Amino acid sequence: MTLQKAQSRPLFEPQIVQRAVLDSFKKLDPRVQVRNPVMFVVFVGAILTTGLWLQALLGQGEAPASFIFAIAVWLWFTVLFANFAEAMAEGRGKAQADTLKKARRDIKAKRLANRDLRLNGDTSTSPISKLQSQITSISSSDLRKGDVVLVEAGDFIPMDGEVLEGVASVDESAITGESAPVIRESGGDRSAVTGGTRVLSDWLVIRITANPGETFLDRMISMVEGAKRQKTPNEIALNILLAGLTIIFLLATVTLLPFSIYSVNAAGQGTPITVTVLVALLVCLIPTTIGGLLSAIGIAGMDRMIQANVIAMSGRAVEAAGDVDVLLLDKTGTITLGNRQATAFIPANGVSEANLADAAQLSSLADETPEGRSIVVLAKEKYNIRERDIHGLGAEFVPFTAQTRMSGVNLNGQQIRKGAAESIDAYVKQQGGTFPTEVRTVVENIARQGGTPLVVADCSKVLGVVQLKDIVKGGMKERFAELRRMGIKTVMITGDNPLTAAAIAAEAGVDDFLAQATPEAKLKLIREYQQGGRLVAMTGDGTNDAPALAQADVAVAMNSGTQAAKEAGNMVDLDSNPTKLIEVVEIGKQLLITRGSLTTFSISNDIAKYFAIIPAAFASTYPQLNQLNVMGLTSPESAIASAVIFNALVIIVLIPLALRGVRYRAVGAAALLQRNLLIYGLGGLIVPFIGIKLIDVLLTLFGLV
Amino acid sequence: MTANGYLQLGLFLVVLLALVKPLGWYMARVYQGQPVGLDRALGPLERLMYRLFGTRPDEEMNWKSYTVAVLLFNALGLLAVYGLQRLQGALPLNPQGLGAVTPDSSFNTAISFATNTNWQGYGGETTMSYLTQMLALNAQNFLSAATGMAVLVALIRGLSRRSASTIGNFWVDMTRSTLYILLPLALLLALLLVSQGVVQSFSPAHTVPLVQATADADGNQVTEQVLPLGPAASQIAIKQLGTNGGGFFNVNSAHPFENPTPLSNFLELLAILLIPAALCYTFGKMVGDTRQGWAVLAAMTVVFVALLGVVAWAEQAGNPRIAALGVDTVASDLQPGGNMEGKETRFGITNSVLWAAATTAASNGSVNSMHGSYTPLGGFVPMFLMQMGEVIFGGVGSGLYGMLIFAIIAVFIAGLMVGRTPEYLGKKIEAYEMKMASLIILIPCALVLVGTAIAVVSPGGTATIFNTGARGFSEVLYAFTSAGNNNGSAFAGLGANNIFYNIMLGIAMFFSRYWIIIATLAIAGSLASKKLVPAGPGTLPTHTPLFVVLLIGVVLLVGALTFIPALALGPFVEQLQLLQ
Repeated sequence: MTLQKAQSRPLFEPQIVQRAVLDSFKKLDPRVQVRNPVMFVVFVGAILTTGLWLQALLGQGEAPASFIFAIAVWLWFTVLFANFAEAMAEGRGKAQADTLKKARRDIKAKRLANRDLRLNGDTSTSPISKLQSQITSISSSDLRKGDVVLVEAGDFIPMDGEVLEGVASVDESAITGESAPVIRESGGDRSAVTGGTRVLSDWLVIRITANPGETFLDRMISMVEGAKRQKTPNEIALNILLAGLTIIFLLATVTLLPFSIYSVNAAGQGTPITVTVLVALLVCLIPTTIGGLLSAIGIAGMDRMIQANVIAMSGRAVEAAGDVDVLLLDKTGTITLGNRQATAFIPANGVSEANLADAAQLSSLADETPEGRSIVVLAKEKYNIRERDIHGLGAEFVPFTAQTRMSGVNLNGQQIRKGAAESIDAYVKQQGGTFPTEVRTVVENIARQGGTPLVVADCSKVLGVVQLKDIVKGGMKERFAELRRMGIKTVMITGDNPLTAAAIAAEAGVDDFLAQATPEAKLKLIREYQQGGRLVAMTGDGTNDAPALAQADVAVAMNSGTQAAKEAGNMVDLDSNPTKLIEVVEIGKQLLITRGSLTTFSISNDIAKYFAIIPAAFASTYPQLNQLNVMGLTSPESAIASAVIFNALVIIVLIPLALRGVRYRAVGAAALLQRNLLIYGLGGLIVPFIGIKLIDVLLTLFGLV
Repeated sequence: MTANGYLQLGLFLVVLLALVKPLGWYMARVYQGQPVGLDRALGPLERLMYRLFGTRPDEEMNWKSYTVAVLLFNALGLLAVYGLQRLQGALPLNPQGLGAVTPDSSFNTAISFATNTNWQGYGGETTMSYLTQMLALNAQNFLSAATGMAVLVALIRGLSRRSASTIGNFWVDMTRSTLYILLPLALLLALLLVSQGVVQSFSPAHTVPLVQATADADGNQVTEQVLPLGPAASQIAIKQLGTNGGGFFNVNSAHPFENPTPLSNFLELLAILLIPAALCYTFGKMVGDTRQGWAVLAAMTVVFVALLGVVAWAEQAGNPRIAALGVDTVASDLQPGGNMEGKETRFGITNSVLWAAATTAASNGSVNSMHGSYTPLGGFVPMFLMQMGEVIFGGVGSGLYGMLIFAIIAVFIAGLMVGRTPEYLGKKIEAYEMKMASLIILIPCALVLVGTAIAVVSPGGTATIFNTGARGFSEVLYAFTSAGNNNGSAFAGLGANNIFYNIMLGIAMFFSRYWIIIATLAIAGSLASKKLVPAGPGTLPTHTPLFVVLLIGVVLLVGALTFIPALALGPFVEQLQLLQ
């Protein structure tokens, strides 16, 4: 049911192959063929040779009917193989679209009559009963933007929307493949809900934010189906080059007929080159390998994004990802683990470290924040102080308030408090104590190193400092080094002060940082980079990220983020994993590399094909040219047939490569080029010599020529 | 080849490459409007010209106005050359009393000289008056060369500017190219050539008695000879420097009055490649990274040396059938060996093949030996050098802008292979550039192939093919290759001064030159308006040996893939027939 399954989908799933085979025949429609100039030439060639074959059957053929037939058949195969490649790439998307469509079924929605309904201040114990009385049942397809609906436990959310009221756990596995439910609530960054997901507990009041056909699910389906697929800029440019080459080869082969007629007259022997051979030569020369696989490569690139659980809103965005020069990464959650963690206890003079740890743990027992939890854990790890039950101790928990900016516990006359240095300073003075200078020094040192100091005090006595630190995620340094080799600059964005930011930036190994970042500062930074000609990528989830996301060239919004963020971005990461950006860049690069490599391969192949066909084509006029038959092919007919068969088969052989993509390695551009030139340039030069010879040997062996 | 031969080739290359940097540096300063040392002498003249023609030198043009200016100026030149030829009988400086040139020949020659092709369907000394030679042909030698340089400079500006709408002022580029570069160099070379005995005179032809009487083909006694004269040195200097190639005399630089001594030969050879090679450095200088210029020059030099090697080997090896008859064809102190047919004994094989390679690598087209008398493989080299699109040095300006287009295509394929939208010198190469670049490659290929195809199956085309078999085909292919790439050299054996070839080749020369210029300037305009992407480790470096190899690969592959079938029916099969 879920996309997670798509990841394990094998390349040639029987069902997809079956459908693709069928589709390759459907795609013989001239209206489909004409969209691809290179393959259209093959298509026309196939029709032409078929006509020549029929003519030969009627007894006035330019060559033996069997020969023309063989060429015609293999030209049709060439067209079909290219269709098959495209159908395979589409098929994988379609299979996923089918899964998604199941989530888009028509749902009965509970529309509320009052659109401006607000429960603010309503303190009645059961506001929901009040709502239930206003419900009208309506089909989800009749809902429009701005409608307000109620969704209760067990209901499907009818359409994309924004939570107005309520908190609920929602099962979003249909979209994300993640089985653990997520919390959705009004306000903040977790207010967006997606149509087709299911509320597991509680209830939500939702304002619909999309019309039918425009929802996230709809967009996703059309993306994976490739229905709205437009050619990307580089694909268009490559298509132009391929069309140019096709015209050149068309001229080179068409003019061969007059050249051949002249040569026959001049040499006084032989017959002019046949149209069948000309068509065969043309098809072998034009870049059919890349032409046939080009759209499959593009679709497969989108498909790989989907398998990485990223939905790109356009192919253009995927391609732009490969060009990114600057990555803006949020510190929290991307570079560091989501939260600060306690890493050390530094006691005041006259206090033992264990005492400080004990007091710190007590004060944090009821503190459910990640920071509080980390203090409890550190005390346990370091001094084996077991976690105690705060209620069993008869302790009174003092929660954090905006006024005191401290939290703590009152226990057996002890009044343990923890908080920022200023808050504890004020508290201690109020109790008649003093704030020791050595503690202040410790506090300043910690701050300078990028940590956060939390001071612990008991009544008027300062016990010491707990050091909280951002923990840089494992492997990030290596990732950033890799990005640097790719030529991508990493910039850390954080709300921290410059000192803290610099310390973490150095530890994580990013190239630069933006401290005390405001949405405006972020936007300004992006614009500056873009002004300098760079392409900027970033991730974001909050509404305040939206302007920067809209400005960035590649903007990955977290699926857990707000609707505004998702709309501003050009990709949505369903896993809400900010490090995914790196993968996105790699997929973008892979897409371009695959195209470039197969183009090089396709063009290099031509040399061998000339060696096969030219001596064969003019065998009767200039038998001397047979000295160029370096492959020692059996006969002119088998030479031409072998070249055409090789040309067709190579498309099939390369389908897995087109679908999977050429592997990207994070090495410098020059090294990458050298490698790919060797494999696809030199390889493309040599492989067809072997392939054509092999096919010729087989044809001869089975007496087919 | 003899050690002496290798030494001469080496010397030529060393001197050529040594001159690249100083001249390239000088030209960069000329185009960037910086002082060059000749300002005091030529500055007033330059300003006078601007005043005369109402040019505002500070006013820049966008690519469209620049293109219109190029085309308009060339159209005027074309009409002037046509008119002068047709009216020369009534005009002064015509001591031989030559009549009007035929309309079709005038048409062909006007296009030929305006397009920097200098294909000559006529015989100079028996067709053109001194006035026509000087005012029509020689003026075009300067102006067509300057046009090529102006277009190149516009393209370089497109590459080096960021977010700009203009690419320079055509009139300024023309004026400065002519005044500061072509005129001083031509003056210097002309004086050097006169010192070697190249004629420079307004006297009519001299008739002199022969020291040794001889007989003509019909057996009639011949006792006297006509020695043609004219203002040759001044024309030859620019014909070599401006990669024009149109000789003053019919046999071009094989004529003793056009190229009398080994030194004059060396200087004329040097002049062929001098400016095209030095412009590479100018390019590097103007884009702010001279390594880029050296890389392009390296690619050109490697291909040139490789193909020079082939033609030198083929000619020195000679005809295997002659060797098979027991004739000694090995070079020795007593004889040059190899294939000396169609070559001047005072130049020998080395200097003939060097010229043949240089004149076809650059789109010069002047000759000091007859390419039609080369061995099939030897004749293939000049043909193929042209078929690569005249980008191995190429014409002044046009060679480098052609090569830069190939660099853009190489960058495009390579850029994809490293996973980025391709960039050249920080400029993104996108659909529009690819469209124009594809056109630029396509145009000469189409003109050559279609032209040849029409010629070999139409009676008008086959009527004047004087040789049989594959050689006859090579002659037609060579003619269209030469015209379609604006080279101008010929493979003798084809009678081309007739209506069919004058018109067909005229059309090929015209479209090849101007369509390419339009597309090139369009690219220049589009690139100028783009942002400059700063280079990083992910950017493909375009100054490395790897890129040089890639560039060579693209140039060779495009040329080879387009012309292999045609070449197979011409020089290749002929060579194989020889070997049999």
